[in-house]
Parts: sequence; C-alpha cells; structure tokens
Amino acid sequence: MNSKHSKDLARLDRRDLSWYMDRLVQAVMFVGGISAIIFIVGIFVFISKEGFSFLFDGFSFTEFFGSINWRPTSENNKTFGALALIVGTASITGMAMLIAIPFSLGAAIYIGEFATGKTRESLKVLVELLAAIPSVVWGFIGLTIMNGVIIQLFNVPVGLNVLNAGVILGLMAAPIMTTIAEDALKAVPDKYREAAEAMGATKWQVIRQVVLPAAKNGLVSAVLLGIGRGFGETMAVLMASGHSINIPGSVFDSVRALTATIAAELGETAVGSDHYGALFTLGIFLFLITFLINLTADLVVRGIKRS
Amino acid sequence: MKETNQKASGAPPVLEINDLSIAYSGKTILRNATFDVQNNEIFGIIGPSGSGKTSFLKAVNRMDQLTPGMTTTGSIHFHGYDTATWRNLYSLRKRIGVVFPLPTGLPLSVYENVAFAPRISGVRQKVELDQIVEKCLRRAALWDEVKDRLTSLGSLLSGGQQQRLTIARALSQDPDLLMLDEFSIAVDPVTTMRIEDVLKQLKSEISIILVTNLVQQAERLADRTAFFLNGEVVEVGQTEDMFNGRAKDVRTTDYVEGRFG
Ligand SMILES: Nc1ncnc2c1ncn2[C@@H]1O[C@H](COP(=O)(O)OP(=O)(O)O)[C@@H](O)[C@H]1O
Ligand SMILES: [Mg+2]
Repeated sequence: MNSKHSKDLARLDRRDLSWYMDRLVQAVMFVGGISAIIFIVGIFVFISKEGFSFLFDGFSFTEFFGSINWRPTSENNKTFGALALIVGTASITGMAMLIAIPFSLGAAIYIGEFATGKTRESLKVLVELLAAIPSVVWGFIGLTIMNGVIIQLFNVPVGLNVLNAGVILGLMAAPIMTTIAEDALKAVPDKYREAAEAMGATKWQVIRQVVLPAAKNGLVSAVLLGIGRGFGETMAVLMASGHSINIPGSVFDSVRALTATIAAELGETAVGSDHYGALFTLGIFLFLITFLINLTADLVVRGIKRS
Repeated sequence: MKETNQKASGAPPVLEINDLSIAYSGKTILRNATFDVQNNEIFGIIGPSGSGKTSFLKAVNRMDQLTPGMTTTGSIHFHGYDTATWRNLYSLRKRIGVVFPLPTGLPLSVYENVAFAPRISGVRQKVELDQIVEKCLRRAALWDEVKDRLTSLGSLLSGGQQQRLTIARALSQDPDLLMLDEFSIAVDPVTTMRIEDVLKQLKSEISIILVTNLVQQAERLADRTAFFLNGEVVEVGQTEDMFNGRAKDVRTTDYVEGRFG
C-alpha cells in the first residue's frame, strides 16, 4: 500500500518541460533586468571617468556654480562657470512647466473624467501621436514659426529666447505628462466616484475633492517626469533658446542650456582636454539632477504617503 | 397622487413607485413595479441576485443618469414630487442616503468622510462640521470606537467599522430616506446586529429601504417587505404575513422558507 503510494508520488515529482521553461524564462528575465542596471551604471561610470580628469584638476567648485563665464576655449583665460547654463536650463524648464502643467492636467482630467466613448479614444490616440513627434521637429517649429510669432506679437528683435524654448518644451512635455496623469486618474476606483455622486456631489466636486486627492501621487510624478524631461531635452532647446550665455532678465532674453552646450561643443574638443572634461562634468551634473528627479517621481508613485 | 396612499396626516408617502420599468441598453430587468414606501417604515426588499434590487435603488436616486445604457419608464414620486421632472438631481440625491454592499470609505480621513457631504453643501464652520460629524458617528454607533482617530484614513478601519462609517456618511445630510444595499455582505455578525439596532432607532426619524440577501434580516427589521424575482415584483406585503405562510404568492413562501430551485 505504502510503497504503491510512494511510487505514484515519485512519478508525479518530476521536473517536466514547464518546470524547465519556467526556469529558463526566469533566467532570461534576470539577465534582461540586470543588464539594464549594468548599462545605467556603466554610463554613469563612463561619464564620471571622462569628467574626473577635469574634476580633480581644473575644477573649482565656486567657479563652476558661481561664475557665469563659460569660456572654455579662451586663449589665455579659460573659465568654466556653469551658472548661466544652469540658470538657462532652469528658466526654460520653469517656463515649460508653467505651460505644460495646466495643459496636461486639464487634458488628463477632460480625457479621464469628462470625455466618453469615441471622443475619449480619439483624444488618447491624438495625445500619443503628439508624444511621438521628434524633438528636432519641435525645435524646427520653434526656430521658424514661434520665432516669427514672438517677434510680431511682442515687438522684440529676436524670438529665440526663454519664452520660445519654454513654450516648445512645454508642448513637448505635455503629451507624456497627460498620459501619466490620466493613468493616475484611471487608477482611482469608480466606487469612490459612485459613492460621492450618490451623496449629491457634482461632477466637479467629485473630481476636486475625491479623484484628485486620491490620484495625487500619480499627478505629482507626472509633473516631476515632465521636469526631468525638461532638464534633459537637448535638440529643441538648442534650436529655440537662442543659445547665448546669459542670466535672463526677462522671458525675452536668449539663454543657453546645459544639454545644448554639451551637444554643440563636444564635437570640437580634444579628448582629454580641460574643455572635454568640463563638458563631461556638466554631464555628471545633469545626470545627477535627472536621476534625483526621476527617483523622487518614483518614490512619490510608490506612495510615501505617511499621512 | 393616489388618495389611498396618503397617511392620516395627509403627507404623501416618501416614495410612490408607479409602473416603473428599468432597462439596460433596451433589455428590461425590472417590469411594471408599483408600490409605495411609507414614512418612518423600514421597507425590506428581498430576492435572489440579479432580480433588479440594486437597479431599483439606482433608479430611486436617479443614478440612472450616471449609468451608461440605463433607462427607466413609469414614475417615481419622492414626497409627492415626480423625480423625472427634478431639475437639480444633486439636490435630490442629497435627500437620499445610500449605503453600498461593500464599505466604500472615500480615500479621506474618518472625519472628512462624514464631513464630505456637508462640505459640498456649503457648510464651512468648523464647529458646525464637528457637531455633524459627532452626531452622525454616534447615530451609526461608531463614535466611541473612532473618536480618538478621527484624522486617520477611513480605509484603515476594520470592515465592520467602515460600513458603519458609510452609514454615518449617508446620514450626514439629514436624508429623508436611507437606502441600504445588502450592507451586511462584508460585515461580521456582531457588527450586523449593531447596525440593525441602529436602523431600528433611526426609523423614528427617517424612512429606510433595506435591500437584503438575508431573508431573516428582513423578517427581523422590515415592517413591510417586497419580493423581487427576475425583474418582477412578485408581491409587497406585511413582513409578518410573508414569513408566516400568509404570502399571496407561493413563490414568496418558497423563497423565504429557503425552498428555492
Ligand atoms: N450597469 C449595468 N449594465 C448592464 N446590465 C446591468 C447593469 N447593472 C445590472 N445589470 C443587470 O441587471 C440585472 C439586475 O441587476 P441588479 O439590479 O444588480 O440585481 P440585484 O441587485 O438584485 O442582484 C442583472 O441581470 C444585471 O446583470
Ligand atoms: Mg445587488
């Protein structure tokens, strides 16, 4: 009796094809996941390595963050002040968020809460389409159309400035922010809406008092990812910002962004030179900032809601 | 308004349902319902799942407006007013409290859950809100358990507490009619008993519709009971009669005695 049972069990207890399949898939996934991490760490190590020679030699903290003079190629007085570039990037991003936050949150609320059926589906497709426009195309729009519009509208000599780059960047970031924000709204269970509606709350009261607070984390992370995008964007900013070193006094001043500086100058430097190292130091700085922003966004999404 | 339905006082019943039919995308799921719900009574609705009980409640507070595909014909009079001609449905819903089968605490604090409805009706004074919150939590037999944790999230309460929180919330606008939809589905027997006591007390102040999947609950609480079956209102009668073999329809007797195929 007993031996018969154990024979049956022994027959059951075999590693069959699906067992091995499972192991294989696990292994493949592991390699995929790990290599993504390795790549990111590798990129950081590479950027750091290229920047180190400069960081430990020509780098001065006060000059880098305190001076607006970025003169990497000057014959007798090289200075590497990144302040104007940092301010340039920050002002463009700030301008962009001024535009993108209301637009994207408004669009997300409309798509997620008000639109139904066909309207909703077509709007979602449209937003995704907008997100797919290459940044060089946006830059081109800034360089040609926006430039003229700003000159005409505000009667200023140049239209390539904080306003232009900010608007372009805002329009670029809005679709992806809309998508993320709408996902956050969709994640709020319908039972909350129903419960509030049953108490006689109007649509807007339901959105403002129930849906938005419940989706708060997702919405904040949508904004943060938009900001991250703003800091990292290069091509459109290079084309629309005017690319001149400046602490802007108004939105009509041209500025230069960190990313645009790297893109424009890296091709003309000698590998290993101070200039080369300084550009990579800008890269490290950018990497750290975007990393921090994304990390914050991620933590917010996971909800450090210690309320 | 029908003469026969009026109470001695002359006030119309809280609800007069006349030839009400409900359909989803053209498919009728409740046919020709006609009955009244009197003031200050507990009106039980029993019937197997899918018989149209929840849909009936939705029609009463005009949630059909918010449910795609849901249509109604016939009429529902609330205190003598035809709800079909009601121009501000938000104000109608404020007169009718609803408790859903599963506790649906809003993602807010205990306090804010109860203060939600008064707030959206424009109550701003902290003192007044405090009073409403305490009164409703007391009426729902929850105050003593949560008075020290009013600021913690409503969703952190136990299932039974959350269900009483929903009742407190439903009472926060001083409704004339409270509708409960299978409130005890996710609640332990002790809490169920406590809520039943609460309902018995509330009856003196408001009218209650109690949809329940437990026929004994209707027997314990309801003054009159309606039996819904597959979209038909089989009968409406005194609860005592239904549960003592004096039902008019044999299907009702079969159902309340648990002999249902
Ligand atoms: N939103 C809806 N759309 C389509 N059909 C529905 C919807 N809600 C309920 N129904 C259908 O209506 C019938 C009655 O449902 P319901 O009122 O929930 O019954 P009960 O509450 O008695 O279980 C069921 O057949 C159900 O499938
Ligand atoms: Mg139901």
